Amino acid sequence: MALDEYKPQTGKAMLEGEGRSFKQVGTSPDRPDGVDKVTGRARFGADVTAPGMLHAAIVRSPHAHARILKIDTSAAEALDGVKAVVTRADFATGLTGEMWNILENVMADKTALYDGHAVAAVAATSALIARDAAKLVKVEYEVLPHVTDVDAAMATGAPVIREGAADASVPPGLHPNVVRYHESGRGDVEAGFAEADLVIEDHFRTEATHQGYIEPHACLAQMGGDGKGELWCCTQGHWNVQKICAALLGTEQSALRVTASEIGGGFGGKTTVFIEPVALALSRKTSRPVKLVMSRSEVFRATGPTASTSMDVKVGMKKDGTITAMQGTFRLQGGAFPGAPADMTAMCAFAPYNVANLKQVGYDVMSNRPKQAAYRAPGSPMAAFATESVIDELCNQLGLDPIEVRLKNASREGTRASYGPKFQRIGLVETLEAAKAHPHYSAPLKPGQGRGVSCGFWFNFGGETSVSLALSEDGSAQLMVGTPDIGGSRASMALMAAEELGIPYENVRVTIADTASLGYNEVSHGSRVTYASGLATIQAARDAVRKLCGRAAAKWGIPEDAVKWENGCAVPSGPNAGDFDPLPIAEITASMGATGGPIVGHFEATPEGAGVSFATHIVDAEVDPETGKTAVVRYTVVQDAGKAIHPTYVEGQFQGGAAQGIGWALNEEYIYGEDGRLQNAVFLDYRIPVASDLPMIDTVIVEVPNPGHPYGVRGVGETSICPPLAAIANAVSAAAGVRLHELPMSPPRILEALERQRGG
Amino acid sequence: MSKIHVTTTVNGDAVEFLCDARETLLDVLRDRLNLTGAKEGCGTGDCGACSVTLDGRLVCSCLVLGAEAEGREIATVEGMANGEELHPLQQKFIEYAALQCGICTPGILVATKALLERNPDPTETEVRYWLAGNLCRCTGYDKIIRAVMDTAADMREAS
Ligand code: FES
Ligand code: FES
Repeated sequence: MALDEYKPQTGKAMLEGEGRSFKQVGTSPDRPDGVDKVTGRARFGADVTAPGMLHAAIVRSPHAHARILKIDTSAAEALDGVKAVVTRADFATGLTGEMWNILENVMADKTALYDGHAVAAVAATSALIARDAAKLVKVEYEVLPHVTDVDAAMATGAPVIREGAADASVPPGLHPNVVRYHESGRGDVEAGFAEADLVIEDHFRTEATHQGYIEPHACLAQMGGDGKGELWCCTQGHWNVQKICAALLGTEQSALRVTASEIGGGFGGKTTVFIEPVALALSRKTSRPVKLVMSRSEVFRATGPTASTSMDVKVGMKKDGTITAMQGTFRLQGGAFPGAPADMTAMCAFAPYNVANLKQVGYDVMSNRPKQAAYRAPGSPMAAFATESVIDELCNQLGLDPIEVRLKNASREGTRASYGPKFQRIGLVETLEAAKAHPHYSAPLKPGQGRGVSCGFWFNFGGETSVSLALSEDGSAQLMVGTPDIGGSRASMALMAAEELGIPYENVRVTIADTASLGYNEVSHGSRVTYASGLATIQAARDAVRKLCGRAAAKWGIPEDAVKWENGCAVPSGPNAGDFDPLPIAEITASMGATGGPIVGHFEATPEGAGVSFATHIVDAEVDPETGKTAVVRYTVVQDAGKAIHPTYVEGQFQGGAAQGIGWALNEEYIYGEDGRLQNAVFLDYRIPVASDLPMIDTVIVEVPNPGHPYGVRGVGETSICPPLAAIANAVSAAAGVRLHELPMSPPRILEALERQRGG
Repeated sequence: MSKIHVTTTVNGDAVEFLCDARETLLDVLRDRLNLTGAKEGCGTGDCGACSVTLDGRLVCSCLVLGAEAEGREIATVEGMANGEELHPLQQKFIEYAALQCGICTPGILVATKALLERNPDPTETEVRYWLAGNLCRCTGYDKIIRAVMDTAADMREAS
């Protein structure tokens, strides 16, 4: 495959997908796994068993920060039915870098670093016995001072989580808990602010939220003394699980075959491992299959929520709405390990705007909380909350229309992005125009209601991708992809394969291959699946089509390049046009054994042309001044999808992102007590939006093709959560008549803001 | 510890099992009867992924003890379709893309079936409040609500 076939192209040349009329792409057929999922037949992480299976339970630290003095497992081991106990001593030694971080998070060594940190694990003949045994493991702790707030963790005198964790990016003089530093920008912000007619600077905070997938992490591990193993688990990326588990167990990657179960939501939270190496270690120790399933409170306490933030943003604007300078400082708390997306937060913060003078600074800060994990466009929603709130305030004070101001300053094709490169073709302006034209934007508001608008941006990713497409004798196709289907991606893949092959959608069976059956596939993250696996599917199908054409050429005795593929048939072309009847796919495949063997199309590459994506959201909110409760009364998502392969599932991504954003903006937060323990580790207290909290969520799909994909696809999964925090904050601030600076905007916070305003 | 012997009916089939006094109905369905359609999202009655009916009443099976199933009639998502023929709700959920990951789907289907049996003509608000105990993190509920309303309309027309 020539590299330039999938590399982004520059210029305005007509794209391949543009103006093409698709036969199947762009329709919304029933998903291939629909019946499995509505009948209870689909098998998720916790839905499998194995003969002789044991059940495991994990012993977790009740302290936010404590030295582990002694672990006494004797009472647990003595319990009838207990087969093994593992501690850190049962894992590989000598790891460095991120693998060490992951191991340390999976099983504490000398220090428990957060409430819920794993310190030991038990395998027993039943789940009840395992849980009882876990309580019998006696751990002696020496409690250490802790810190869970980002600003407190950076302050002089804060307890040090781990000396020497900072990398070279961190300037001298900062607290050792600051472990990564990012600074970028251009122009001269001070000169830019001097040019402005109005400059506003404000401080914003967001609490950590959890991805809140309804399926807790679950796995079934089998490993023998020979170091060979099988692992079944719910994950967004099983090759990554294979790589990490092999390292943590000290075995070869190929010794471990990982199969991805159906996955009950991930949103970024299932891109790493938490329990899989533990189950494998217990299985290795007992030579029996071990099933390990997290409880909901374990999910909250010990998997990766988002980072919490403390941010300062300053924007200068002229009277006509021109932005003259933007500056931001973003402090992110990412738990007891490096990795909070301070850099991405800083890079996303001003991406929608074409501004000459910019400065963005990010701090990645450690604290005594669980290691953060990705959550849909990590960092971008928080950055947008701060930036878009300040822009909204500037519009209010200068009496300008928020969409006009955004249009005036919007990034376009050729604009140098705030984070460096030049934008290729992008659709921000188109989303703003569509939002402006939407009836929602001009609909009258009722008393007590406010309207908010925000833009949002996400990079999107490509990543290593491998796809294989095998044709059956009857001309149907079996597509193997390596990216777990989280939200209907089998349907999109089948559509693209069917489109290329010219066969019915129903004739494509899509399987998520295990790690032993396909080349490496990067995790399903970065909104990459429809883009990268889709691109690979198209190319694999084209590879198969070339082979099909070759068989027809041989049969007809004409050159291969004199055969083209149309409507599922090989057709002679050029000087041979009309010489032979079209040869349907099923006729070619029926005899493929005798004409050269099985026909399989492949594609393996690391596509790099994932087009960035923008969205504009409009929200109407109503605030009850008596109770402080906010109701979202109307919501419209406008987003650029490049090309919507399965429009109904694209809408679903838009709606899901908006709903999660509503929860983040209004309700959801990690609440830590003075003792450093998480106080709301159940769904009753960590309240995600329920059906009666939400309105219908209107969607507009904008299609500005991505030059880096044959059909123009841009990933859509993440951008949808970037604007809501700000859009809702702007609506709530308008409704309440007072600017809200802190998320979630829970009733007590709104009452407090109203109170302050009355008092002041 | 000695186990409790329970005789019950699940999706119309007579069933017997032994369970620990602490095991929930959800544990029994999933681990002893191999009916893994009902899911455990929380184990505390907050997510509805484990929804089943007990003598026709909608319950969170994680809040019912296995031993309490004695002599009762239990219905789970596995019993919703009639052989090959999907229940209209199941059909409509697929058609409307009312599921993304699908982990909440069994519980939501069982819950909405129970709703439509009681109230064949619910308003949007009634559907939303009825489903307030069934969490879905993927969809934002929009397509779920539409699928339920449309199924209700179809079923009214058919009856
Ligand atoms: S598992 Fe029963 S309500 Fe969540
Ligand atoms: S479809 Fe994923 S939780 Fe509802």
